[in-house]
Amino acid sequence: MWPTPTSTRASATDVSTSSAAPSTQDASVVGTSLWKDAVRRLRKNHLAVFGFVVVCIIVIAAAIGPWIIARTTGYTYDYIPTEPELVNSLAPFTAPDGSFSWTHPMGTDDSGRDILARVLLGGRISLMVGVISTLVSLIIGITVGATAGYVGGRVDEAIMRFVDVLYSIPYMMVVIVLLAFFGGRSPLGQLFLLFVALGAVSWLTMARIVRGQVMSLKSQEFVLAARATGVSGSRIILRHLVPNTLGPVIVYATLTIPSVMLLESFLSFLGLGVQAPLASWGSLAADGIQNIAVFPWQLICPGITMAITLFSLNFLGDGLRDALDPQMRKG
Amino acid sequence: MSRFIVRRLVVSVPMLLVVVSLTWGLIRLAPGNFYSGEKKLPAAIERNIREKYGLDQPWYVQYGRMLSSTIRGDFGESLKYPGTTVNEILWNTLPVSATIGILAYALALVTGILAGTLAALRQNSRMDYASMAAAMLGISMPNFVLGPTLVLVFALTWYWLPPARWDGFGVHLILPVITLSAVYMAYIARLTRSGMLEVLRSNYIRTARAKGLSERNVVLRHALRGGLLPVVSFSGPALAFLISGTVVVERIFALPGLGNYFINANLNRDEPLIIGIVAFMSIAILLFNLLVDVAYAYFDPRIRY
Repeated sequence: MWPTPTSTRASATDVSTSSAAPSTQDASVVGTSLWKDAVRRLRKNHLAVFGFVVVCIIVIAAAIGPWIIARTTGYTYDYIPTEPELVNSLAPFTAPDGSFSWTHPMGTDDSGRDILARVLLGGRISLMVGVISTLVSLIIGITVGATAGYVGGRVDEAIMRFVDVLYSIPYMMVVIVLLAFFGGRSPLGQLFLLFVALGAVSWLTMARIVRGQVMSLKSQEFVLAARATGVSGSRIILRHLVPNTLGPVIVYATLTIPSVMLLESFLSFLGLGVQAPLASWGSLAADGIQNIAVFPWQLICPGITMAITLFSLNFLGDGLRDALDPQMRKG
Repeated sequence: MSRFIVRRLVVSVPMLLVVVSLTWGLIRLAPGNFYSGEKKLPAAIERNIREKYGLDQPWYVQYGRMLSSTIRGDFGESLKYPGTTVNEILWNTLPVSATIGILAYALALVTGILAGTLAALRQNSRMDYASMAAAMLGISMPNFVLGPTLVLVFALTWYWLPPARWDGFGVHLILPVITLSAVYMAYIARLTRSGMLEVLRSNYIRTARAKGLSERNVVLRHALRGGLLPVVSFSGPALAFLISGTVVVERIFALPGLGNYFINANLNRDEPLIIGIVAFMSIAILLFNLLVDVAYAYFDPRIRY
């Protein structure tokens, strides 16, 4: 939806037609040119490139940042300083006179833990929940959507009716009930529950997208040819139809990641998501809001980090959509 | 049209029962009880509690009782607040949630449609880029960050507005409503912009311009009606999201609304209250979806039910 020059749009349209009508024999060749074109178009979109770079930086920082902090500042695994004089460095932005200090660029929390380290560590969990839950929703959505679209008829009718029903239930409330009643056993169990719960509620649109794609693809010659040579139904779906729906699926998955991360942070903020000693950006913000009047950075640092990440992911997703699937340029 | 509405209302009843059954099933499958605490209760007391709440009966009897109470709309007494019926709690908390929910969505509609239309009319202008960047920021900013930040600035630094309070209408509603509506504002602005861009290129707009209508008339009377279709269809799922939004906003601003009670009911395992709130919210969503479909037929005359 982000405005791109009209010339890009014109060239984008003819690529999409070629992607809608792929030939089976040399699918790999067509695929390469589609992806190459997409990358070329994506690189022209500065905002999407910016989003991609920021996401990469945050992923790398979350992956190796805590380790570097532990090495350079003498923090233990819990990010509690090992040296006694560091433990006393609780003041805002930590230098004794209250000014900014590089020892704790984001300050410290109530227990004296470095917030930067906590934010990076929380980022691991937040990003992990986003990616894994999206994968869960991909698996469910593609399976359901491809089955409905390929089989058609009564099965399609029944499945899509069911999806309609699910659309109109207050699923956040069901997720809250699920987490409140089944959660709280162990931090890792809780994380697993989050993956499943969030994945299970975000596959509906994916199923619709895949179904639509499969329905338009299945009447084409290459599917007919595959069926004529005796390829089984499930194999046609997996080897011939699903790979051809990949463009819109990737686009939608990129946009699902930030929305799932947002849901996770809501739940963690309410105390139903990630549990101590693990932390996510949502639960860090929930800790921070207790001290908002006195130590506002305890909320603002994880909050802004999260906002920047979601911002970049959304730009990247929008850019990918424009690059891969120009027909789907709506909101 | 009226046949369509009646059919949808009839279909809504089993859907409501499915949602309620799902919730009930989750509650019952979970290990533990609402009365079990740190200390183990003496067997006699436990037996009495189970008898009082009908937990000693077979599950299908309990399930049937729950279904019939849902259909009658009488959810019984809360477990956590004995002597208070679920309906009383619903009745007291609903005005709070409904007020901020409706105000927030109304604000989002007005500002979102305005910004989106202006952006579409001046595509690729500075105004377009600015409003779309703001919209993207609104989508990416979690409301539990936006809300406290607003409180920090307007309530704790400048002392303009109260940080958290509830007594009906008043200035204390400004911050929660803005916090809740930001995301919807952003989505609606984006949807309006893309909808309007598409419509403004269509033939019937060219016709309207060709017959000499003023630009104002073209936009207000012709383009908006078609351009707002995506916003109308977004409004259905938006209500479901609005509910999860209110839960967080009520928590931030300490508002005594449905969402806050729902979270507490879950933590207290207050089964009748949970069922009551879920049923109530489902009804609200089902009715709202119906309303959206009816509105859709009004906005798009090609649609017939």
